[in-house]
Amino acid sequence: MARYLPNPVNNLMADAMHGRISRRDIMKKGTALGLSSALMGTILRAESVGAQGTPAAAMPAGYSIEVPAGLPDLTGTTLNVMLGADGPGAAFDQANCDIFAEATGATVNYLKGAESATDRLTFYQQTFASSSNAFDFAMIDVIWPGILATHAVDLSEAVANSGVTYFDRIMQNNTVDDVLTGIPWFTDAGLLYYRTDLLEKYGFAAAPATWQELTDMATEIVAGEAASNSSFTGFTFQGAAYEGLVCNGLEWQFSNGGGTIIEDDGSVSVNNPNTIAAFERAKGWVGTISPQAVTGYMEEDGRGVWQAGNAAFMRNWPYAYSLGAAADSVIAGNFDVTSLPMGDMEGSSNAATLGGWQAFVSKYSESQEAATAFALFVASPEVQKARAIERSGLPTIADLYTDADVLAANPFFERLLDTFQSGSVARPSTASQDLYGEVATEYARTLNEILNGTASEVGAAVEDLAGSLEDIMADL
Amino acid sequence: MAITMPGQTINHIKASDEELQKIRSTYVKKNKSPLPVVAGRIGFWLLIVAIIVYTLFPFYWAVVSSLTPANDLFQSPVPLFPTSLTLDHYRVVFQDSSFLRAILNSVIVSTSVVLLALLLGTLSAYALGRLNFRGRKLVLYLILSMTMFPAIAILGSLFQMMNDFRAFDTLWGLVIVYLTFTLPFTVWVLTNFFRAMPAELEQSALVDGATPMRALWDVLLPMAVPGIVTTAMLAFISAWSEFLFARTFTLTERATTVQVAISQFTGNQPFEEPFAVRMAAAVVVTVPLLVGVLIVQRRIIGGLTAGAVKG
Amino acid sequence: MAVITEQTVPATKTKYSRAPKTAVGRQQERLGWILVFPSVLVVLLVALYPLYETVRLSFTNARLASAREVRNVGFENYQRILEDGLFWSSLQRTLTITVAAVSLEAVLGMIIALAIHSNFRGRGLVRTSMLVPWAIPTVVSSVLWGWMFHDNYGFINSLFYRLGLQDAGLRSWIENPATALGVVIAIDVWKTTPFMALLLLAGLQIIPSDVYEASTVDGASKWQQFWQMTLPLVRPALLVALIFRTMDTFRIFDLIFVLNAGATTTMSVAIYVQQELIQNGRLGYGSAGAVIIFFCIGLMVLGYSRLIRVEEG
Repeated sequence: MARYLPNPVNNLMADAMHGRISRRDIMKKGTALGLSSALMGTILRAESVGAQGTPAAAMPAGYSIEVPAGLPDLTGTTLNVMLGADGPGAAFDQANCDIFAEATGATVNYLKGAESATDRLTFYQQTFASSSNAFDFAMIDVIWPGILATHAVDLSEAVANSGVTYFDRIMQNNTVDDVLTGIPWFTDAGLLYYRTDLLEKYGFAAAPATWQELTDMATEIVAGEAASNSSFTGFTFQGAAYEGLVCNGLEWQFSNGGGTIIEDDGSVSVNNPNTIAAFERAKGWVGTISPQAVTGYMEEDGRGVWQAGNAAFMRNWPYAYSLGAAADSVIAGNFDVTSLPMGDMEGSSNAATLGGWQAFVSKYSESQEAATAFALFVASPEVQKARAIERSGLPTIADLYTDADVLAANPFFERLLDTFQSGSVARPSTASQDLYGEVATEYARTLNEILNGTASEVGAAVEDLAGSLEDIMADL
Repeated sequence: MAITMPGQTINHIKASDEELQKIRSTYVKKNKSPLPVVAGRIGFWLLIVAIIVYTLFPFYWAVVSSLTPANDLFQSPVPLFPTSLTLDHYRVVFQDSSFLRAILNSVIVSTSVVLLALLLGTLSAYALGRLNFRGRKLVLYLILSMTMFPAIAILGSLFQMMNDFRAFDTLWGLVIVYLTFTLPFTVWVLTNFFRAMPAELEQSALVDGATPMRALWDVLLPMAVPGIVTTAMLAFISAWSEFLFARTFTLTERATTVQVAISQFTGNQPFEEPFAVRMAAAVVVTVPLLVGVLIVQRRIIGGLTAGAVKG
Repeated sequence: MAVITEQTVPATKTKYSRAPKTAVGRQQERLGWILVFPSVLVVLLVALYPLYETVRLSFTNARLASAREVRNVGFENYQRILEDGLFWSSLQRTLTITVAAVSLEAVLGMIIALAIHSNFRGRGLVRTSMLVPWAIPTVVSSVLWGWMFHDNYGFINSLFYRLGLQDAGLRSWIENPATALGVVIAIDVWKTTPFMALLLLAGLQIIPSDVYEASTVDGASKWQQFWQMTLPLVRPALLVALIFRTMDTFRIFDLIFVLNAGATTTMSVAIYVQQELIQNGRLGYGSAGAVIIFFCIGLMVLGYSRLIRVEEG
């Protein structure tokens, strides 16, 4: 494994960051070292930051990337890669491209994808529908392998040859008819956020282990807080009629022994007593421990309430951790995360719906091998580690959850390994293949109607849902 | 409410005497309800204040939000007046080079669309409004039918076409697509405007030996300035605000418009939505538009008088 | 279309009713076609192909970017849509939104247009501020209104709370099935009243002021003036504005989508179609929905054109 920055360059970088060297000298020394313009740009950026006097906090994006060994020579190849949207994360994606280009000689164009996942998927589908090679590489959501499998280059051999072991659950999810449609790149899972100070105040020793405990604890805390804070609520989650509700609903039912909506063999299993009981319980939250409006909440609505200190519990993705822990946050130091609670019926277990992104290569690409090399590069342990350190991206490789550097940057990662290894559950996107969109729309719509009361009979609603899902699956 | 405008009288435009007679005869003299003038005045200004509050308050709230530190945004209950202000969100907006590029793109696209729609639209509207030819109605409704499909439904085939014509991710491609909603609107409003003008206007010009095009240029067009300015303003704003097509048919900085750029402001974390930054960006793209409106809105009235004098 | 003006400006009537048999007439006919040709070309180029594609797809089982075999299924998609209760409830909801929003916009737009039509100090500023809601892009304004209507950190609940109108608990607006549609209508009215007002203002401009002078001499009240003169004379402009607003509102999409995602309480037909086309990738089925919307709007335009024709007779 070669350090990316050879020593003289490292020194130059260090000097630049601490403002010990002028821009002119950087140019002079850099040219003498034969540096590429991209790298020189990085160093100059470091200099301008360093000159402002905050060297440690303002490292240039991609500084922690070590270049994995064995990258091919791709001189003369041009790659168009579809990475993250514009924003604070774009610099890291850009650094990925620059460093890969630097190491292989390829030209890498970073195309910024849409911020909204739906827009992004539509764009991919329209591009593929016209067999366009507008991009060679793309990041795809964990629920898209089934939808995009027919446009994918099979990456299973490439992964096998790389010798890297990715999380099994995600590998399974990404494999459609023996084709590995994407390399697990960075992941996500549902977590329970809870207020340690409030738990203590009301005499609870530990975070709730079951949904019933959560309900009881939240009820007591809300009753106590209501007097002094009329904006206070017990539990926020994603209840709007969209993909986020599919994630929440799946956690409720799976943790209660209610299965995965559609099982791996394609059979519709949603209509069972465990699922109905789980939905009944969730319906009971609305208007009691959760606000009435939770049926319109997406991630940020709930986080807003939580971040202002107005909620005792929250179901959300890991991203809310660093925002809540930031120095200027009201709740900093007063909250923690844990696995989502279990149900209390037979077959109950912990459940955290998997999210996250995969590295995908388009079969319409004219440089499939180069694009595959890029996919292996971004999903390599080295680059995943850097993403974890710099962007709090959750690795898809178990070893990285015990890596000292990663844990130094994100201490809470330590508690997540269990969630990924044993408690995670994937949405039935692989079983329903390209019909997953219909499954999710139908499921989210029904569950939203259950929560907001438009569907008054939970059992009947679930039965209808099962009927619709069977109709959909009959088209498969 | 004073409806007559002293000093704005346009004596040249006249309904026929027959018409006026009809209007007069429809009501036999009735007593004017004796509303005290003062009460009317106060009522009028209350109405104006109500209009301003109604239209401006949400915008004011966008400005307040864009100036509020991110962590204060979620306070509940919300303070009615901001407690602390910051310019951070504007800094983020102005430091983003792709956003500034997007503003330029939007200016180019919206201006071109409006000019093109006005050019095509005025010619068509003159023909549809002032000339007598067979198929006039067919053309009117054909043009209208352009906007009868939900935009979302034609995205796919438009995307295919854009790819085939190499118009994908280009500004000119966007201009052409934007005609689908600006052109029908321009044609209909201007046709209506031309139709409403008395026939003697250009007839006298025609009698003097002018060609129909000259009559259009010298007589009708100056008279139609208020209509044209109104149409241009509304069309410009709808092109400027368009999101769906811009999102679908552009990809890189060279063609991305402001609306897409606003949605592209993402938080430091996945899922995080920087509401205040987006509001700052929205304010940044709306204010110049309003300044523009403030400047051209005089022409809504001014043009008519000028035209009348000329005609 | 033609008609309205024929009533207001009878002088032109003879001109239109004469068939163009003369040399001048033929010349006019040729010129007319030359002038509309570029616009017709644009229509044929940009609009006709997608329309044709949509209709064609609506008779197939095509899916977005799918490797599945595409079959012709005749009217099956149409049949299935018309059997779908969700489609009918969306259609009904869309009609409610359209009728309520467009009529409110017309009334408010008229009041605003009349108010700023009069001469007073600072009317330029008022005219500009009136345009603010239209100038804020729909996507941004629904995010903004969603924020203001947020149950916890929204301005509206806080205002009610501080005014003492709302004692305990956080009222939900957008998510509450009872108020959801009202919120959507209110935002749409706020957003598009300026459009209506500006078009009506343009219509008011063209009314000859001597008409008013004459009626004032006759002693008509302002109220009578409005009903008997202003309204009939501004009617052509009103109808055009109504046609465009009706067409737009019937296709309402992004406002609702941003505000309340796919909740059935606020689902419009365009959201229904979007879900089928985009989220579910059912090109054939979704296209059939789009064609039905096209026909609904066509019917409405037909209705308006009859309104116009009535005046002709």
